[in-house]
Amino acid sequence: MADQKDANGRKTGVLEDLKEKSREFGEIVKTKTQEQLEELKKPQETQLYRSIFRIKHDEDPRNRALSTLNNLFFHIHPAKVNRDATRYGYTWGLGGITFYLFIVLVFTGVMLMFYYHPTKVQAFRDILYLENDVPFGRLLRNMHRWAAHLMVMAVWLHMFRVFMSGSYKRPREFNWCVGVLLMVLTLLLSFTGYLLPDDQLGFWAVTVGTNMARATPLLGHQGPFGPQLGMTPYNDVRFALLGGSIVDANALLRAYIWHCIAIPLIASVFMGVHFWRVRKDGGISGPSPVMLEAETKA
Amino acid sequence: MFGDWHQLWVIISTPDNIPIVAMLGLVPFFTWYAFHNMLANDRLIAQLEADPQLARTHHRTTYPYNSRWERELHTNPFLMRKELLAAIIITIILMVWALTLNAPLEEPANASVTMNPAKAPWYFLGLQEMLEYFDPWIAGVIVPTLIIVGLMAIPFIDANPLGNGYYTYHQRRHAVWTFLIGFEGLWLVLVCIGTFIRGPGFMWYWPTQTWDPDRVEFNVNRNLDQIFGINGNWLVHILPASLRPEAVIIARALFGIIPMVVYGIAAALFIHWICMRTEYSRTVYRKMSILQTVTMYIFLITMLFVPVTIFLRLVFRIKYIWETPWFSI
Repeated sequence: MADQKDANGRKTGVLEDLKEKSREFGEIVKTKTQEQLEELKKPQETQLYRSIFRIKHDEDPRNRALSTLNNLFFHIHPAKVNRDATRYGYTWGLGGITFYLFIVLVFTGVMLMFYYHPTKVQAFRDILYLENDVPFGRLLRNMHRWAAHLMVMAVWLHMFRVFMSGSYKRPREFNWCVGVLLMVLTLLLSFTGYLLPDDQLGFWAVTVGTNMARATPLLGHQGPFGPQLGMTPYNDVRFALLGGSIVDANALLRAYIWHCIAIPLIASVFMGVHFWRVRKDGGISGPSPVMLEAETKA
Repeated sequence: MFGDWHQLWVIISTPDNIPIVAMLGLVPFFTWYAFHNMLANDRLIAQLEADPQLARTHHRTTYPYNSRWERELHTNPFLMRKELLAAIIITIILMVWALTLNAPLEEPANASVTMNPAKAPWYFLGLQEMLEYFDPWIAGVIVPTLIIVGLMAIPFIDANPLGNGYYTYHQRRHAVWTFLIGFEGLWLVLVCIGTFIRGPGFMWYWPTQTWDPDRVEFNVNRNLDQIFGINGNWLVHILPASLRPEAVIIARALFGIIPMVVYGIAAALFIHWICMRTEYSRTVYRKMSILQTVTMYIFLITMLFVPVTIFLRLVFRIKYIWETPWFSI
């Protein structure tokens, strides 16, 4: 095959052709790279980002609102809130803190579950293992314990705030009741967790606690009218709680299931209702404009 | 032995008691804060009542108001940044707490070695303290049930339309005092007694008194009927012959009804007197349905029964007010 010549008389062989093409290719890669590096400076414009967040993050009211409404985790909030309601002085932030502590407890609790066997042989040893050998195990257990205490405190103080600001009044009566049940569930969560280390502290606390169940009217074998209804230590309500007549292996397993699965599930459902009702009942209760006695219906 | 500050320190520094020590500071703080907000609103209410012209304006909160400001703010970022900040602060508190204090771990569970004192977790110590004054079926079952049901009944009993969504003391005196007495005066005080006062054997130890596991108490608690010397002597003559051997028991059971009824009437009169004190509370009272009134009386009479019983036990050493073969109160 004879070499071809271009207009200037230069040879244009296969090699030259390849050179030319690779130079052009290099140009394209260079410009594309530059363009795309430029785009990286605005990550919120990328397809990946938009596929996750669905909206533009422009500084306008519409996008501000959408950033709340279009997000699964944020949409428990309304897009806009009463100006005064964002003040710390009204809510003291305690409901949110309680929920945050619940999340912390679920997280640390799941981590602890990786190291824990709810059996009489292993339970106490697992705690020793956690405290002495597992990396950050002691910190994990401490955080779980203290977050539980903090949550009980936060729940009580939240209830105190809701009462003092009169937030249980119409139309929020039902949500107050849900809140009371959530408080009870919080105490039960904490109490069932008390037995799990299988140490003297938990054992005797649960023994004292469940001994009271013996005296349940009608359902306990030492309670009023219990024996008349055929209650014995082997079929009464305490037996049902402990899975036996003494605090032993079955009680440990039952406490574990209640603590890790049943009560968190029930509490989650109630929490869902609680938050949903906060919104449906018109958002947080205040600070409302004050009313005067003269303005009430006689 | 008083003056044992080390003993007090041991109780206060027990890791599981930290929450209630913290509550000793937090509860007064938040009570003060609530009253701080309440009194600010009450001053505004007084001002509006004195000046009907002002009441027609937007001046209805204690917060600064400016007609040019938007009434609502975007949740993102104005609320969310505060939530994030709260989460960070709580995380820091929790981290510091978890790094400095270890969760307690005692010896392995052993049914043959009793802990002394054997205490419930701090939040249930109020109920455990109640066990000292009431039989277990009351302290452990009836009282918690009544607390839960009573709390849930509050919104349906409270017929006062004022104070909905703002802090006020002046417009809700009865509600505020009822809650303060129930939550702080009874529940938290009993938790504190259970935490700081009760020592080995769940006996009463004043602060700085040394805990003594060998201490033995000789308290003679008597029933109210014993103080009144009820022995059924006169009942024997009335009862049919078959019931005569049980005359003492029947006499006691019958006698016990008297103080219960007397207490019930006295407490009801006291509550009624309080409800009738101001013109506004009379208005609210008139609005209540019979069911609301009856429920409110039952819960308040029952709630007041707790401090009365505690007082009778601690001061007059009275065990049961009403003793029957089936139950005793």
